[in-house]
Amino acid sequence: MAKLDVNGRMHEVHADEGTPLLYVLREELALNAAKFGCGLGQCGACTVLADGEAIFSCITPISVVQGRKIRTVEGLGTAEKPGPMQQAFIEAQAAQCGYCIPGMMMRTQALLERKPGASEADIRAALQPHLCRCGTHMRIVRAAVRAAELMRGKS
Amino acid sequence: MNRREFITTGGALIVSFSLPAFGQKLPGALDKEPMLDAWLRVGTEGITVFTGKAELGQGIKTALLQIAAEQLAVPMSSITLVTADTARTPNEGYTAGSNSMKDSGTAILHAAAQARELLIAQAAKQWGVAPDQVSAQAGEVRGPEGKRASYGALVQGDLLHVRAQPQSALGKARTVMGKAVQRVDIPAKVTGGAAYVHDLRLPDMLHARVVRPPSYGARLAALEAEPVSSMAGVVKIVRDGSFLAVVAAREWTAVQAMRALRSGAKWEEKAKLPRDIYATLPQLGSQDTVIAGADTTPPPSGRVIEAEYRRPYQIHGSIGPACAVARYENNSLTVWTHSQGVYPLRGALAELMAMPPERIHCVHMEGAGCYGHNAADDVAADAALIARQVPGKPVRVQWMREDEHAWEPFGPAMLGKVRAALDASGNVNSLQYDVWSNTHSSRPGKAGELAAAWSLAKPFEPSPPRPIPQPEGGGDRNAIPLYKFPSRVTHHFIPEMPLRVSALRALGAYTNVFAIESFMDELALAAKADPVEFRLRQIDDPRARDVIRLAAERFGWDKYQKQNGRGRGFAFARYKNLAAYCALAMEVNVEREAGDMRVLRVVAAVDSGEAVNPDGIRNQIEGGILQSVSWSSFEAVMYNDTRITSRDWGTYPILRFSHVPQSLEVHVIDRPGQPFLGTGEAAQGPAAGALANALAHATGVRVRELPFSPRRLRAVLSA
Repeated sequence: MAKLDVNGRMHEVHADEGTPLLYVLREELALNAAKFGCGLGQCGACTVLADGEAIFSCITPISVVQGRKIRTVEGLGTAEKPGPMQQAFIEAQAAQCGYCIPGMMMRTQALLERKPGASEADIRAALQPHLCRCGTHMRIVRAAVRAAELMRGKS
Repeated sequence: MNRREFITTGGALIVSFSLPAFGQKLPGALDKEPMLDAWLRVGTEGITVFTGKAELGQGIKTALLQIAAEQLAVPMSSITLVTADTARTPNEGYTAGSNSMKDSGTAILHAAAQARELLIAQAAKQWGVAPDQVSAQAGEVRGPEGKRASYGALVQGDLLHVRAQPQSALGKARTVMGKAVQRVDIPAKVTGGAAYVHDLRLPDMLHARVVRPPSYGARLAALEAEPVSSMAGVVKIVRDGSFLAVVAAREWTAVQAMRALRSGAKWEEKAKLPRDIYATLPQLGSQDTVIAGADTTPPPSGRVIEAEYRRPYQIHGSIGPACAVARYENNSLTVWTHSQGVYPLRGALAELMAMPPERIHCVHMEGAGCYGHNAADDVAADAALIARQVPGKPVRVQWMREDEHAWEPFGPAMLGKVRAALDASGNVNSLQYDVWSNTHSSRPGKAGELAAAWSLAKPFEPSPPRPIPQPEGGGDRNAIPLYKFPSRVTHHFIPEMPLRVSALRALGAYTNVFAIESFMDELALAAKADPVEFRLRQIDDPRARDVIRLAAERFGWDKYQKQNGRGRGFAFARYKNLAAYCALAMEVNVEREAGDMRVLRVVAAVDSGEAVNPDGIRNQIEGGILQSVSWSSFEAVMYNDTRITSRDWGTYPILRFSHVPQSLEVHVIDRPGQPFLGTGEAAQGPAAGALANALAHATGVRVRELPFSPRRLRAVLSA
């Protein structure tokens, strides 16, 4: 039985250790935010953080994230009390279908924790592994820039 | 008090509402479903609004709530909205064609306004005062001397079970309509709420995956199933002819079992895919219809210019592969689906499963964006077939990335040929346009439109492909130039489909506007005219002129200074020639050696009629532009003689952030009181045209075949 630290809580999971983290998050832990998109690490929809690093959970077996602090969009806040990243995406209305958005948010979160003063160019470069099919890119960039401001304490 | 008592006791207004208005067309989808309480119910527990349309990420829920809230004079938050559900909502066919505002938005606008008037009349009658002394505000009806009544208290019996009237007293206040209200679905989507059918978890739910054939028409000749059937966690292998699936207790087990099953399957393949689709299309045999200018348009003569434009097969490419959950028990079937049409899907499933439709319940839940007819219906059929093999257990099926890329119905390859002549003053005196295309709708309604049905031991054949008639058109959508010169347009409809195709956002309008607007620039160049001025002098429609002028002005068209490697492009269309107007200008930068084109900035102007949510319109137009830039810059389905070979995002690349413009402005022209025109497909054609024109302006080379991929640009720019 593997132990996973997800959003600050320890979970004992039954999946065998070759199982990609995504399936454990979605099925065993009933977390919705990380999404299956390609299973190949090509689209970014499954992106979560492991010790602050953005990883593709669809191709990362749970064996390699044991002992690391895993974070998902659920750990950033709630619909009632959204965190700064979530608040920024709501303010910017940065979603159409929204399926790709949690992955974008976690990638941006990793960037901003590492580099709080990240520029728009930094954000665009960081988001290169992520696909959005609705064409919401302009709003995603705007939301990420806004999230940086909110996280620096600017209202 | 019931409805009959109303009529017999006879309040004049009530009676007038109760009488059917036969022969007069009702607004929007009320014409198909005229009963007010099909759209709106008021109970003591609150207000419920029903729509047969589905949220696809286009923001329709929010816009419909705004409309209902405005007309009922209640806060949006006090309304529960129920979307496409065969047990609860009106049948509005498909959520497609940018028609949701026109159909459902208009229906709810009038239904809500008429319900409000009925509530007012009811209160006036109860209080014995004139209706004009009574008003609806803040969720209640108020009358003289502080009289108040809640809507719930006023609605008794069949008050709203009446036929809609052709006209309504529409509230004009625009306290909610016309405002950039935040989308109601976004908070859940950015906080990990259960927002999609993918997130549905039912007790005892099983997971299944389908082993799709390697190519169209492939037959499962042999199967080594034993290693899979004994895998821990595998519940069942489902086989019916060449339809092969595996059910497991856990999702990852289902994926692994599917892969193992696939490697134990031997297929006989027979598909013969065309080498050169553009040479093949005109030879397949077409049904030709002259859709404009049959008698009136002289063939172009004099200074004739001609060109041929090409568009390859392209995919919808939903980021989330198609998913459905189905439960079969007691001879009844429930399917949770992100289909664009729950009622047509129910009909197709009824045929597929040999069940009466009334035993099937299809409930829409959101999926990832679909952009037209993708695999949503197919996966619902997969789930239904599999669920019948494990009665009583809900089964969740999701397609894999390679299933989605290879098996969804593509946007059809198309070919457009255009000829025109300029007169002495540089105006077009005659234009001839011929477009070749397969159908743009093979949507279900019949079992033969569902991928799984072709593989069954008793297979279903696809229905004969049919064109979508004008004025909306399919392959010929927007094939008739909106300019005032005479045009003769022929639609060459090709029934035979070398690859599976159906509706991809904007249908033929994407190709036809790309062709016509590219050609307008080619003509402008020949006429030594400015492209914007050239368009304006050949179009009279004032709303068309408004969007053209606004886009040009905000772009700074007249002040533009061309820099080396850069260029600007302009294009305009009115979607379907009867819906939203959209004009846009863009600037690109092209690096010749790399064949790399990047859009630097875009300025668009759009007129969608009355703007219920201007930010929703901007979001849709931004998305339409970027999606079209992606299609037009990168996308083409790859295949060999037998198989689709573009099966992931590596072999079928799409737009990434490196190629996202630095700025993109959308200017909305609001037309209060005008009909809703829809927005979702207004920008794709113009974006492709403007991109082609900017590329030509930047490089001096006209590229007429999509996409403008680095490979193609390197080839044509080095030639």
